[in-house]
Parts: sequence; C-alpha cells; structure tokens
Amino acid sequence: MSRFFSIIGGGVCGLAMAAELSARGAQVEVIERNGAPGEHACSWWAGGMLAPECEGVSAEPGIVMEGRKAAAWWENHGAAVIQRGTLVVALGRDQSELKTFARRAPTAAMLDRPALESLEPHLAEQFSKALYLAEEAHLDPRATLTELHRRLARTGVVFGDDPKGQIIDCRGLAARDTLSDLRGVKGEMLVVRCPDVALSRPVRLLHPRFPLYIVPRGDGVFMLGATQIESGERGRATLRSVMELMNAAYALHPAFGEAELLEIGVDARPAFPDNQPRIRQIGERIYANGLFRHGFLLAPALARMTADLVLECKTPEIWYEDHRER
Amino acid sequence: MPEFYGKEIASRLMLGTAQYPSPAILADAFRQSAAGIATVSVRREAGGDQAGQDFWALIQDLGVAVLPNTAGCHSVREAVTTAQMARELFDTNWIKLEVIGHADTLQPDPFGLIDAAAQLTEDGFEVFPYCTEDLVLCERLVEVGCKVLMPWGAPIGTGLGLNNIYGLRSLRAHFPDIPLVVDAGLGLPSQAAHAIELGYDAVLLNTAVAKAGDPVAMAKGFARAVEAGALAHQADAMEPRDMAAPSTPVFGKAIL
Repeated sequence: MSRFFSIIGGGVCGLAMAAELSARGAQVEVIERNGAPGEHACSWWAGGMLAPECEGVSAEPGIVMEGRKAAAWWENHGAAVIQRGTLVVALGRDQSELKTFARRAPTAAMLDRPALESLEPHLAEQFSKALYLAEEAHLDPRATLTELHRRLARTGVVFGDDPKGQIIDCRGLAARDTLSDLRGVKGEMLVVRCPDVALSRPVRLLHPRFPLYIVPRGDGVFMLGATQIESGERGRATLRSVMELMNAAYALHPAFGEAELLEIGVDARPAFPDNQPRIRQIGERIYANGLFRHGFLLAPALARMTADLVLECKTPEIWYEDHRER
Repeated sequence: MPEFYGKEIASRLMLGTAQYPSPAILADAFRQSAAGIATVSVRREAGGDQAGQDFWALIQDLGVAVLPNTAGCHSVREAVTTAQMARELFDTNWIKLEVIGHADTLQPDPFGLIDAAAQLTEDGFEVFPYCTEDLVLCERLVEVGCKVLMPWGAPIGTGLGLNNIYGLRSLRAHFPDIPLVVDAGLGLPSQAAHAIELGYDAVLLNTAVAKAGDPVAMAKGFARAVEAGALAHQADAMEPRDMAAPSTPVFGKAIL
C-alpha cells in the first residue's frame, strides 16, 4: 500500500524529504508557493560544505555522526559532490586558534608548506601550515537544489498548491507561527569572481571575531561566508558584515582584493535553542525543522529519520519529539 | 555580595552571552555558574523591527539581571543611541557602556567614554563603564556620575588575565566605596579568583566560558573560583614572606 505525503516547503529540507520518501515508495507532493528552488529558500544562500569534522569543533556529536553520511546520500540523489576535503588556516597572530581547532578536530592532519602547496599552491603562497580534513566534501547548493527539483518532477513527485496527504511541514523559519522555540540566525554571504585565485576545496580562515569560509564554485567564482547574528532578519546586509567578509578574504589572499563582487546574500537560518534539528509531531502534522547552518549536512539525516518514522513506525533515536496530546 | 546602583546581586560572577555554541549551552552555563548578571549586546542584533527579540527572550528567561551593553559602538553618539534602544528593549536603566577607541584591540576610548557616561547619567541611566585601569579616567567617570567602575584585566578576548595588578590594586585603594568589576581579558578561573582576592566586587567574562571546549564545565570552574577568591579576601590572607634572601647571617646562631 502506498502512503501519500504532502511536504510543505521546497527548500533543502523539503526536497530532501520528498526524495527520501519517494525513493522508498511513497507517493509525494511538494507544496511550495514560490515554485522552483530560488532565493526565497534559506538553503539557496548556503555554503554547501559537507564538513562534519569541522562542525564538530563546536557542534554536538549527533551532528557529526549524522553529517558523515550526508555526502553519500547526496551522491545517491544525483548531486555533484566534490570530495577534496577541507583546509583550515589562521593568520600569524591567530595561531592559537589553529592549535585549539587541531585539538578539537582530532581527525585533522597538520600540513607543512610543501604538503599544502601540493594541494592548493595559491594558499601556500600565504600560509606555511594548514589543517586538512581529507574526508570532507562540498557541493553547489543551487545546482543541487535545482537538479533535485528536476529529478523529483521526473520521478512523479507532484508540485501542487493544496495539500491532500499527510502533512510534513518543512517550512523552515516560516513555521515559527507554530514552533515557538524556533528562532532565526541571520547570515550574510558574498559571491565573488576572482580568476587570480585558484582553490579546489573549501578553506576556513579561523579568527576570534571574523571567521570566514570560502567555497569554490568553479570558473573562478567563490562563495564567501558567513556571518552569524542572533536576529531573525531575512534581509538587509550591513556594510560592517560585508566589510568583515571582504577583509577576511583579502587577508586570506591579497588577490581577492581585485575580485568582482557578484552578489551579496542574506537570510536567516531556522534554529532551535540547542542549534540541533528536530522532527516534531504536533497533532496530525510532522514538523522537520531547525537545520540551522547544517542544511545540506543534515537534511538527509532528517529525511531518513522522518521516513523511518512515517513508513516503518521507527522512532528516531535523536532529535525526535512527540508533542501530541494523549 | 556586591550591590550595583542599590540592587544587591547574589553572585560575584557576571557572564556575557555571545559566542556560545548554542543558546541551550548558554543557559546551562548560566545555571552552573550561578552568575547574577547577564550582559547582552543589542547594536548589531537589533536590525529592523527588533529582529533579535527571540534571542533576547531567551536571555530574559535565564532569570538573572540583564545588563545590556553597547558593544560594537565606536562613537559617543552610537553608544548613546544604542543605550536608549536597550532601555526600551529591556526596560532597565542599567547600561554597560562600551565606547571602542581602537578597532583591532577593542581598547576603550577614554575620552568618548567620559562624554557618553555624562550624557547617559544626565538622561537617567545607571552606567557601568568598561574602562582601562587608569586612575584619572576612573576619577572622571565617578565625577560624571558613574557609581560602578569596570576596568579591563586585559584586552577583550585575549585571556591574558590581570595585566596590571598594581593598577588594579591602586583603583581598589582609591575607590573603597565604589563597586569595582574586572571586565574583559580573563581566560582562567585562577585569574578571576585573583581579581576577587584583590578586593574586587565581581568579574565579568564571556569568551573564556563561551569558547571553552566545554563551556558548562568552565562556567562551573569560574563559579568556584570567585567563591574561593571571596573567602580568601574575607579571611585576611597572610603576607608572603621571602626566605630566599636572609637578612642576617645565620651561621653559628640560633635559627629564628
């Protein structure tokens, strides 16, 4: 017997949910009033780093464990996952940050300049050492969402506007109308073109106040991210934030000074108080939300756990809350 | 226990609320630290339409006194405007006044600080000025109406501890009746204990707890340290005695 689910929200959470349920034989429709993936979704602005070990420096162990399975899931669902690891560097004055990071990310290998040069010659011009997390990966969020959307439509997922099945609510921050403990964490990002710098993997620049990551998108295009401000504001990038990101990129490699500014993006990530996601059952509706800065990293896990719950009555071991009245 | 502007606080520990891995860990750290005051920044979070209110509601739920601050303000006008906004948001006259004079080290601007403190006091605020340990600056701050002083231990976020113990002792001696708080620069509980041993009324810190691998354990450590420091201060500690350089020849004499 095939079950019928109406997924509300067509960002990374909703589309991953649709893909998982549909792949496991359920009948699925996605309700997204804005249509195809685009800038209305918070995940459109994401970095797309599948970097559980790096995140583990400040995130809970469950995020690391579930995050490690993300790259394989995305690959199975047609995403172009690039597995070249992550590099982590710090400027001269901030070497203590690198030391702390190394201690808290035990799987990281410390590279000297020759080793760094063989991976990223342009980075070795600026840094004599770096931490390397070889297992990590990245993807292009926009290409990934667009491709997933296309594949879903092709495999029979309906994109409708009137939910007829069991509702799985993946609306992100918009679900604040029901989820009172959901808050927004504002993030600002830039997209630049800089043909003078070649990087083939994400680089994180540690700094006590202005940390930065740079994700290569190919063709000399880079995503620079991201601020993290306790605010639900979904617009209004400030000059200060933009300047901090630019400044950090410039410090990472002076050639970024000549980069062309393509885009300034801003949105707010949906987060619960412990910054971990939730599958929450309220009445007849199931909410999957709170992916915070881990949209692409954890949407697969949330989708799999939700599918286990609704298709096999298997209660997820973490991140599950049943708020139904008894 | 310390009293600030007529309000007694049941703890010598004040904690900042920035940079924690999550608000849940922040709340846990507060519980374990038994901190009596939470400082919270409003400049950057406010945005349009009080967009930071979800986070601020979490801070208000901590059940401790809220001390809004003007972190990130580099001019007198910015600091004064931010203080006015904070008063509206948190319904308090308390304001931790930061006027940053140096963007890299976040060193306070002593001149702007006096100006802003005077304006805010005039406007009915109860000002907690984040200042250097300069005696003359502190005198001026008291003159314009500050009834608390918050000298730094070291620059914000450095964890270097008490950089100028002589200067801090000197402030304590010159302002026996003004509550003094070491604000910024602390990295370890032992440094906090030291500040309280010097007779300081409280310490304020953020990074040391928020950026520890286990913020909750570190918060607990600081709670015990300020308690130890306070007991030591009350206990009238012995004076250290240097036995390394004998003042009289001892050879052939009874040993004293």
